[in-house]
Amino acid sequence: MVEADHTDALNPATLARIRQMRDLYPSPRSAVLPALWAIQDELAYLPAWSLEVVATELGLLAGDVEAVSSFYSMYFNHQPGRHQIQVCRNVSCGLRGSDELLRHLENWLGVEDGGTTTDGAFTLEGTVECLGACGGAPMMQVDRFSYENLNPERAEEVLTKIRNSEPRDLD
Amino acid sequence: MDDEKVLTRHLGAPGLTTVGGYEKVGGYQGLRKAIQMGPEAIVAEVKASGLRGRGGAAFPTGTKWGFLPKDVFPRYLCVNADESEPGCFKDRVLMEEFPHQLLEGVLIAAYALQVTHAFIYIRGEYRFQRELLERAAKEAYRAGYAGKGVLGTKWDCELIVHGGAGAYICGEETALLNSLEGRRGQPRLKPPFPAVKGLYGQPTVVNNVETLSNLPYIVTEGGARYAALGTEASPGTRLFCVSGHVERPGTFEVPMGKTTFRDLLELAGGVWRGRQFKAMQPGGGSMQVLGPQHLDVPLDFKAVAEAGSSLGAGALVVMDDSTCLVDVASRLVDFYRHESCGKCVPCREGTYFESELMHRLEAGIASRAELAELSDICANMEGRCFCPLGDTATWFVMSALRMFPEEFESHCGAGRCPVRAGSEVAA
Repeated sequence: MVEADHTDALNPATLARIRQMRDLYPSPRSAVLPALWAIQDELAYLPAWSLEVVATELGLLAGDVEAVSSFYSMYFNHQPGRHQIQVCRNVSCGLRGSDELLRHLENWLGVEDGGTTTDGAFTLEGTVECLGACGGAPMMQVDRFSYENLNPERAEEVLTKIRNSEPRDLD
Repeated sequence: MDDEKVLTRHLGAPGLTTVGGYEKVGGYQGLRKAIQMGPEAIVAEVKASGLRGRGGAAFPTGTKWGFLPKDVFPRYLCVNADESEPGCFKDRVLMEEFPHQLLEGVLIAAYALQVTHAFIYIRGEYRFQRELLERAAKEAYRAGYAGKGVLGTKWDCELIVHGGAGAYICGEETALLNSLEGRRGQPRLKPPFPAVKGLYGQPTVVNNVETLSNLPYIVTEGGARYAALGTEASPGTRLFCVSGHVERPGTFEVPMGKTTFRDLLELAGGVWRGRQFKAMQPGGGSMQVLGPQHLDVPLDFKAVAEAGSSLGAGALVVMDDSTCLVDVASRLVDFYRHESCGKCVPCREGTYFESELMHRLEAGIASRAELAELSDICANMEGRCFCPLGDTATWFVMSALRMFPEEFESHCGAGRCPVRAGSEVAA
C-alpha cells in the first residue's frame, strides 16, 4: 500500500517550523510536542494524516506519535470552536463560585461541558486542570488569555466581545 | 511588611520584561559575576544560601547539584515551569513579571553545572507565558547572555522553551523528562535519579522556576545574606499564593520561618465577607488540611510538618465557615482522577473508586459502611503508587476526615449536602 504524502497539505511555514524544532533538540523525538503544537496552531486540531507528517519528519512511526498526542488533553483530534473557553473549577475557583459560572455559561451558550456552539464560535470546557490564576478566582481562560474575578455578567461581556474580535497579540 | 525582598525586589521598575529594563536594575550582573567566580564557587554560594527547592519537595538545591557525577558530559538543566498544583500561581507571576530574572537564574545554574542546553518545560495552558519567555529568550540571545560564546567566553548555552500540552503529571520530574523526550508523560522508576540518568540518559538537574529565580540575588548579594532573611532551619524568603475565601487574594513574598499562617492571612485582607475561618490547605491541592489551631504555626518546613501538613509549592487556600470539606475533597479527588496517568493500578483505579464514593457522599446517598470503605481505599493507595500523585490523592481527604469526622458522617444517608443546605448539589 502506498501512503499518501500529506506534507503539501501544511503551510510551508509550519513545515519549516517542525524541521527547525527537529534540528534544535539533541534528539529529534523531542520535537514531537512542539511539532504537534505547530500543526494545531495552523489547523486548530490534529487530523490523523497530520500525525503521519510528524512521524515522517521526525523519523518515528505514526503510532508512536498518536500514542503521544492522545496522552495530552490539549491536543484535539476533531475540529473545535474558533475560541476555546476553559472554566477553572479547581479548589480556589470552586470556593468562589466557578460551578455557578459554568452553569450560567452552559445555559447562555446553549452547550454542555465539552460542547461547541452551533455557530462554531466557542468550545466550552469545564473539566480542566487548575489554570494557575487562583488569585483572580473565579476565572476562565479564552484561548491564551485569562479573564479573572468573573461573575456571569462580566463573563458574558467578555465573550460577546471575543465573538467578533480579531486575534490579539502579546501586548 | 517591610522585610527585604528577593524575588519581587524590582517590582514596579519600568520595562522589567525587556532585557534593557532588567539591566537598568542590575539585571544580568549576577551572571557576569557568576562567570568570574567559576562553577565551584557558585555551587558553594548556593549551598551557603541554604536554598531549598520551591517546587514542593524542598530538597536543598546545592546538594541536588552535587549529585551530578563528575566528568560525565553532556549534562542537562531542565526548568520545571509546569506549575499545575491547585492553588499555586507564583511561577506564573515570576514568569510574567520577571522573565529575565528567571532566565538569568537559569543561565547561572547552567554555567555552574556546565551544561550547554537548558530547557524550560512550561505547561501547555500557560501559552501566553510561554510566548513571553520565548520573546525574553530571544532578547537574551541577542544581548549575548545565551547562545554561542556567552559574554565572550568559550561556553555555549542554548535556552529552549518547551511547551507541554495539558498533563499535571508532567510536573513530576521524571514524567517531565519523558515528555521532553517526546513521549507520554509517565513517571520513571527511581533510582536511577535524574542526576545520574536523566534527559537522554545523561546527568540532569530539574529545578523549579522560583528556585532558580533566587539565584541572581544569591550570586550578587551572597548566600549568607539570603539565608539570613529567613531562619536557620528555613532560610530565605518565599513567594506564597493566598487564595480562596480571603478579601485580597494574591502572591506575597515573606521571610521563611519568621512569618505565620496568620500573617499571610492578614496580608490577604483576612477572611472575606466578615465570615469566620474554618480551615486552610497549605502547599497546594496535594497537601493536608489544617485548622484554626494551626494559624500561628510559622512558615517553617519542620513546624508545618509537625502540624501534619507541608509548605509544598507555596500555596495557601483559605476556607470560611460556609465551606463543605466533603465538597472540597470531592473536587480535589476528581482532579487527581482526571490527571492520573494510568501507569499504575493503585492510582488509576484508586482515584476512580475514591471519586465515585466522594460524589455519593457529597450527594448524601452514601452509607456509613461506604465511608469506612473510603479509608480503606486510601490506605490501599498511599505508599503503593508508582509516584507521589496517587499518594497525594489521599492526603487532603484523609486529613479532612480526621479533622472533621462529624462533617463526613453527617453526609451519610442525608439525601443532600447538609453543609451547603439549600444549595444545589451535583451528584
